[in-house]
Amino acid sequence: MTTEVTYEPEADRIMNVALGPQHPGAGHFRIQLWLDGDYVVKAEPDPGYVHRGEEKMCEYRNYIQNVPHLERPVILDSSNILFPYALAVDELMGNKVPPRGQYLRVIMSEINRIISHMYFLGIMGMFVGHTTMTTWGMGDRDFWIDIAERIGGARVTFAYIIPGGVRNDMPEGLKERALKTCDWFEKRMDEYEKIFFKNPLYLERTENVGVLTAEDAVKYGATGTVLRASGVRKDVRKDEPYSAYEDFDFDIPVLNSGDSWARSYIALLEMRESVKIIRQAFKNMPQGQVRLKLGPQPRVPPGEVFARTEAARGEMSYHLISDGSPRPYRVKIGTPSFKNMRVLPHLLKGVHVADIPAIYWSLNYWPVEADR
Amino acid sequence: MSQQVAEPKRAKEIFASIQAVFPDAKLEYAKERRLKISVSPSSIRDVSKFVRDKLGFDHISMVSGVDWIAKNQFEIVYFVETSLKPGFEDFVLAISERIPRDNPSAPSLIDIWPGADYHERETHEMFGINFEGHPTTKYFLLPEDWNDIPPLRKDFISPGR
Repeated sequence: MTTEVTYEPEADRIMNVALGPQHPGAGHFRIQLWLDGDYVVKAEPDPGYVHRGEEKMCEYRNYIQNVPHLERPVILDSSNILFPYALAVDELMGNKVPPRGQYLRVIMSEINRIISHMYFLGIMGMFVGHTTMTTWGMGDRDFWIDIAERIGGARVTFAYIIPGGVRNDMPEGLKERALKTCDWFEKRMDEYEKIFFKNPLYLERTENVGVLTAEDAVKYGATGTVLRASGVRKDVRKDEPYSAYEDFDFDIPVLNSGDSWARSYIALLEMRESVKIIRQAFKNMPQGQVRLKLGPQPRVPPGEVFARTEAARGEMSYHLISDGSPRPYRVKIGTPSFKNMRVLPHLLKGVHVADIPAIYWSLNYWPVEADR
Repeated sequence: MSQQVAEPKRAKEIFASIQAVFPDAKLEYAKERRLKISVSPSSIRDVSKFVRDKLGFDHISMVSGVDWIAKNQFEIVYFVETSLKPGFEDFVLAISERIPRDNPSAPSLIDIWPGADYHERETHEMFGINFEGHPTTKYFLLPEDWNDIPPLRKDFISPGR
């Protein structure tokens, strides 16, 4: 009896698999994968499941009516997606935002950064099977949400940063509570470091996984945590200080390894800087008005402006054109998730299927933010 | 633009160096940290290569399309930035081109800045602009069965409006 070994034809070896859009971790997002056994041959992101046409909606509403719906794409980071919009309208109208309003903008923006990074680290724990980080991340986030709620009156979508300043002043006695939370959170972050980031299992799953070189990061237009984890020092808060960021003393953390571990660890380092900024802002808060009175339908002179800020995930930019009518002629929103998406097919090429979650989530990708 | 009061030195210098090589480049506005130039679709690839290689603008921040329906034109604006050129981290250069609305076709810059890939795909489906040289025209954000005019054109009226 002879045994004959037959090989599959080449064409049958490649299997096409869709990851998502019903996958519990991927969110409303699909990655089309071509697999050869356990290896990814090619990956293609397929966004658009939560596309809402935010840019079209802007053309139907006036400059103030645009505020609440513009923050819906990224409810974790809702103040930071409004921030460049407010800056763009301020620039067109020539608004001089009062100093107290600028400080409150910074506080809300940094609290949102922490809220967003905590969620990111929590889900990162879930993706690699580290349940402790998931529960800690989700639980500790709430203390910051509480402070944001005292300032903005809501728990996720605050509509707080508006053209001309911020919507309202912060309540009395918030400073003490916020400073206490800062002290507690700094100690807490040491525990994350010990339990999560130095955990051998977590290191095993993420170290040297999905390495992005600085050259490729720049080439594909990556931004934010992804870019800085690859060793490129770029942060709009330092490069182009807007609002009151030039008043604060903080660093831009940069890591060089460019792997999934660095992309998650940099979130922790950034939260440390955010706590520093929040503490300084509460301590040196100027007195006075928090907003300019613009009325319900402000007149915006014709013009064109490009405004950008550093959101939790990276550079958030707006291209706003006004033709002098009550509604904007064109609003283009450039979100960091959309900019970082081009990196994903590049990083997934040739990796094991089991590494996909660790790479995908380390990009801090938020499907709704990319789709708008 | 009205905001040319403070003399934007760097922007003027960059514009002068572009205009020295490409005399048809026009200044749209120059601010302290922003510069917008407009070029013809036939020269945008050469201008982009020059801007990338000689001036160090190494990546795309975003690509924006504008429908100027009254002038029967589409405008495509590439916002480019630099990560590696020191002293220009805060500078954003906008390169714009205008194409006729009846024949919306423009060269793709995907081989000059690979990051333009998804941005051009989005502009393609939202405005119906054909980017020559872009490898795919598959719908990206829109559903596969979309059979209306591109939604960000001004003559597309949102349902219920």
